[in-house]
Amino acid sequence: MCLGVPGKVVSIDGMLATVDFFGIRRNVRLDIVDEPVEPGDYVMNHVGFAICRIPPAEVEETIALYEQLLAAVSKEDLLAADIRGEIVAAGDKKNE
Amino acid sequence: MGGNRLQFRDPARAAAMAEMLEHLVQEIGRDSVSVMHVCGSHEQAIARFGLRAIFPRKLEVIMGPGCPVCVTDMPEVDEAVALAEAGVRIATYGDMLRVPGTARSLADAQAAGAKIDVVYSVAQAAQLAANLDEELVFFASGFETTAVATAALLLSAPPANFSILSAHKYIPPVMEIVAEMPQTRVEGFLAAGHAATITGCAIFERFVERHGIPVVVAGFEPLDILAGLAKLLELIRDRRAEVANMYPRCVRREGNRRAQEVLWKVFRPVGGRWRGIAHVPNGNLRLRDEWSRFDARRRFKIDVSRLWDYAPPSLAQSCICGDIMAGIASPSACPLFSKECVPDNPVGACMVSSEGTCRIWHQYGGQLDLRQS
Amino acid sequence: MSASRIAADAKVMLKHGAGGRAMRELIQQVFVGDAKAPADGGIGLAAMDDGAALRVGDEWLVMTTDSYVVKPPFFPGGDIGRLAVSGTVNDLSMMGATEIAALTCAVIIEEGFPRADLERIKASISAACAEAGTAIVTGDTKVMGRGEIDGIVLNTAGVAFTRRVVPDCGLRLGDQIIVTGTIGDHGLAVMALRHSLELEGELFSDVAPLNGLIRRALEAGGDGVVAMKDPTRGGLASALHEMAEKSRVGIVLQASRIPVNPGVQATGELLGIDPMHAANEGKAVLGVRPDAAASVLAALRSHPLGRQAEIVGSCVAQRPGFVILDTGFGLRLLAEPEGELLPRIC
Repeated sequence: MCLGVPGKVVSIDGMLATVDFFGIRRNVRLDIVDEPVEPGDYVMNHVGFAICRIPPAEVEETIALYEQLLAAVSKEDLLAADIRGEIVAAGDKKNE
Repeated sequence: MGGNRLQFRDPARAAAMAEMLEHLVQEIGRDSVSVMHVCGSHEQAIARFGLRAIFPRKLEVIMGPGCPVCVTDMPEVDEAVALAEAGVRIATYGDMLRVPGTARSLADAQAAGAKIDVVYSVAQAAQLAANLDEELVFFASGFETTAVATAALLLSAPPANFSILSAHKYIPPVMEIVAEMPQTRVEGFLAAGHAATITGCAIFERFVERHGIPVVVAGFEPLDILAGLAKLLELIRDRRAEVANMYPRCVRREGNRRAQEVLWKVFRPVGGRWRGIAHVPNGNLRLRDEWSRFDARRRFKIDVSRLWDYAPPSLAQSCICGDIMAGIASPSACPLFSKECVPDNPVGACMVSSEGTCRIWHQYGGQLDLRQS
Repeated sequence: MSASRIAADAKVMLKHGAGGRAMRELIQQVFVGDAKAPADGGIGLAAMDDGAALRVGDEWLVMTTDSYVVKPPFFPGGDIGRLAVSGTVNDLSMMGATEIAALTCAVIIEEGFPRADLERIKASISAACAEAGTAIVTGDTKVMGRGEIDGIVLNTAGVAFTRRVVPDCGLRLGDQIIVTGTIGDHGLAVMALRHSLELEGELFSDVAPLNGLIRRALEAGGDGVVAMKDPTRGGLASALHEMAEKSRVGIVLQASRIPVNPGVQATGELLGIDPMHAANEGKAVLGVRPDAAASVLAALRSHPLGRQAEIVGSCVAQRPGFVILDTGFGLRLLAEPEGELLPRIC
């Protein structure tokens, strides 16, 4: 019930944004997104409407959240520690 | 963003999270732990990525009544079919096309000559109407995430020949009902991330207080789902009946206020029947009186009685979709599953919708637990 | 069964043309019936293979026919003319017959169809024939009244000779599954257009005649190429299902190895459609003995139409008739699409 796909805003014309999803572009309506949206922003698209703007720091924020979770749960678990290290390292890398 | 998205599909992290789930289930220390999600897209993602093969054996992740198509009751489908058979042009999302009503589905009506357009967006339907001389009724299905789109469309001056037949549903009330069922074994809920994007996660705060079970809002990538489940298990382990937001990139505590305004300006919640769940107070969304000029139920006299010339299929009496959607039974317990009831020939809507439990089980071979061993 | 369901079954529905189980059942029940196999071990109607094979001397005469109704008739990457030649050439190639003796082409045209469009289609047909090294040698032309048919329908038939016929049921345990390139291109490109989804970008049909590519694979692999199929309607999932069912083996696929264009992947995500369910008109699936796999792969990649060929899976004993996908996270069963593919909202 929630097929939402994130995409990058390429251009805006009034309430209509041209959004790029991995090289495929479609118009997405901005009627119900609750903050200003600019070209370069990422939005979550559901049936042709943007339902939210995805803040740029979102990946780091979420990865940090996952890292916290792993740390809290498995303090003595060596395997998780290895993976935790990987996640911290990955968090330092900037992905496009 | 492409790279970012792939990070949420990283198999190594997923494996670590699966380990973590196993760890948490052990710490809880019981033979089984049951949690429920209420979103067809969560089930789609779980199935698509084969996640059930890595869930701990003791963790039961039940698919609840999260499929808006499945829970659309027969009378609502009948209304659309009756209109279509009366010669009115209908636009619909693809999912609803093959859902059986009392006698027929929209697809059956189409095969018999009715004019049905499958659209990707309500906006596309309105555009279609603008280029037509005849009436176009949009059969509006979906939960609140989708209802907001319908509402926004109505607020943007749609063409006069356009109207809405609303079958939209509202999820939070049904979580109450499931939590209150005496047979329920559900110890925590995974809430739908995109619905919560609209409504916010604060709406679950009273729920967790009242029922003493946690709710975790989760996204739809594999890592989102695994992390959401991990958080839920952590809360269950610590007996914390709290709301946790594990989808901060889209969900805020207060949600999307603008979307909420738009939604409630156009729709009002009414009690109604959900297929298999009986009465859900405030579970259906209907157009407010101010919007009656776009309400297909007011614009047309819809006569569904002619559809009742056929006796209700006796097979439907063996259908256990209601129990499946409540998480009390699984598809394999249904005598009709994958035999008389298949996507081509569905008895209950669970087999029709791409997100229905039975359809997904059937599509993926009737068993989703393909562990390596 | 309810009265309504009996009524639906008494009518042919769209699902019966969608390439999946419903279509196979219709063909089996209505057309194949108790058709007998041809003499001398030939392949006939009952086999429901891509074509038929009849013994002529010490060679096989391979024949196939197909009708083309694609809407819209012109799409990015091709048109109904190119499709009509490629589809038939490819069916012959999938049976192992890559030297096409000749093609026929019949057209049924709706009154009012633009002459310029017809000429454009003819030009595509000629170009595709040239690529395939063959020609249309005979045909038929009919015109029907406005509204009696939708635009244009083409039918092509093809004949070829070959010393060795490759069926679609020859898989054994351990055989490798190779796809010749990216999956889902044609189906998603056409669907986007047909439902006016207004998607712009890198979505092109892959429609192309494959006989040159397959010839190279057969030269490299010889008897090591034991099964072939082109994954048209119903996509890779349907083709593999059929091969697994007919061969009575299970197939395990590695999701990470399946080549998919980013644009196709994105479109699939947007519409909720799995590229593995979408049609391909310029790709083939090959079942190859393990010791021939590397050389067949190299041969495919040496050809412009096979640059992205990959070994994507193998045949196993478990769950014969089923296709299992290793997603990288866990295993799941890959189902065939049921009926027409439709975009979903959730």
